[in-house]
Amino acid sequence: MTVKNLIPITLNYNTILPMAATRVCAGFPSPADDYLEDPVDLGSLLVPRPAATFMWRVQGASMIDVGINHDDILVVDRSLPPQPGHVVVVVIDGECSVKVLTQLNGRPTLAFANKTMPEFQLSVDAEVTIWGVVTYNIHRHLP
Amino acid sequence: MGRSYLQHSPAPTMIFALVDGNSFYCSCERVFKPALEKRPVIVLSNNDGCAIARTAEAKAVGIKMGDPYFKIKDLCRKENVAVFSSNYPLYGDMSRRMNQVYHQFSPEVEVYSIDESFLNLTGFSDLTKYGQEIRGTVRQWTGIPTCVGIGPTKTLAKLANNAAKKNPELNGVCDFTDKALLEAMLPKIPVSDIWGIGRASSKKLEHLGIKTAADLRAAHIKQIRDIMTVVGERTVAELNGVSCIDLELVAPTPKGCAVTRSFGKPVTDKAQMLEALLHYATRAGEKLRRNNVCAGAMEVFMHTNPHNDKVPYRNVGKTVRLAVPSSDTRVLISYAKTLCDVLWRNGYQYTKAGIVLTELVQPQQTDLLIRQDPRSAKLMKVMDTVNARFGRETVSIAGANIGRRWRPQAGLRSPNYTTDLEGLPVARA
Repeated sequence: MTVKNLIPITLNYNTILPMAATRVCAGFPSPADDYLEDPVDLGSLLVPRPAATFMWRVQGASMIDVGINHDDILVVDRSLPPQPGHVVVVVIDGECSVKVLTQLNGRPTLAFANKTMPEFQLSVDAEVTIWGVVTYNIHRHLP
Repeated sequence: MGRSYLQHSPAPTMIFALVDGNSFYCSCERVFKPALEKRPVIVLSNNDGCAIARTAEAKAVGIKMGDPYFKIKDLCRKENVAVFSSNYPLYGDMSRRMNQVYHQFSPEVEVYSIDESFLNLTGFSDLTKYGQEIRGTVRQWTGIPTCVGIGPTKTLAKLANNAAKKNPELNGVCDFTDKALLEAMLPKIPVSDIWGIGRASSKKLEHLGIKTAADLRAAHIKQIRDIMTVVGERTVAELNGVSCIDLELVAPTPKGCAVTRSFGKPVTDKAQMLEALLHYATRAGEKLRRNNVCAGAMEVFMHTNPHNDKVPYRNVGKTVRLAVPSSDTRVLISYAKTLCDVLWRNGYQYTKAGIVLTELVQPQQTDLLIRQDPRSAKLMKVMDTVNARFGRETVSIAGANIGRRWRPQAGLRSPNYTTDLEGLPVARA
């Protein structure tokens, strides 16, 4: 590992624990004290079932029409039964990819979501397993 | 009211299940690399020493438990075996997920080891079906295949699990509360497969003509007590369906805490040794705080390779008592540094070192007269929280984390798929 951000440690706690300095010792009590609630928790929104939820990194541009871009982070829940219309992480002959699960003539099939690309062709003898259902997509908007 | 009714009803028969992951470490690797599903997979011990986990396919090509890697390297290449260094952050996380799933199925879960848990299924019915449901859900949610053994005692549940593994026709679930199944299986199970019966005991038992689990169940209690003490007696009772071993729901306070490693390359330089020891002290501090205990004494040891007579041999260690029991990384580090100074001699090629913390006590038990600095606990809490959120070693005490040439070899380690943003599995789009 390379050494970066090496900060000298002194044993003067106030310099390393600024949160201790914010304690209110005198003055008026806050009128909000009796109404304190936990802040909204992003984790419990995105991951209601932690045991079954995994994150995957996206590589490629075949899903941009459903808002999934290169380098995004997918939240994938393995506990949900996949249904037509779901975006899924799917294993095709051992390779993992993101696709849209759709239906063709009443049979389930897979599709890209990028109008500029040719249609995804699933070979007839391909071995396909759905790894999990994509529930959220984390996309960074800051450049 | 209800009480008199309860008093007169007989105590319910206990029912335990033992659920464990099949070739657990290998299965964890397969979850994130499904292409390995059809290949033999093995996982190596720390420092890539020997095989510690094998899939059925790896067993089939002749790889044995504990085979040193250098001996099977060629075989692995020839048979296209996927070989991994052990990735404990991954296995630990998958284990935690499995136990979360078990809690949906049982009010009481004892985590017995990283890949085995006992579930209390007392009062449940239709057990084989329930076992299949547990198996199916764990497989669906986490991707890990399991086997489930069910019985009226922990010993029988463990034995049933063993039977479920060895008899594919059972489909991964074996229920020994089913009398017919129990009677059919017990005569086929060798005593050496029974929980708590080691090699020495099974030799003695075989001398007496006690070869199978059925034989041991029918054995004379007194005879067994003579050769295996009360532990053997308890095993016989458990085989007879009398539950003697309860679930351990609260982990007992650990007696000691050790962080020891073999070096990837021999260490000849004091600065490197110090760095390794300070790193171990940091790890040991984290372990203590996770278990909410303080250490009263510290031992540091270091030695050269005892099997290499071409280089001078040295094996030293020293224990000191801490002035005040502590779990503060800074305190542990300063003791480790002092001990390193005392023990170090130039001119040797050290291959292993370690730190062993003993006399562990709960923080409340420490001497009331010696004032603990309350800010110490706060600082450590901040360090642990930061490192948990932003990755191990985001914040560490200077000196403990610089060069890393002494790091164990783990060249074949998979990414930390579930615990590190940099290690997430990749899906093509």
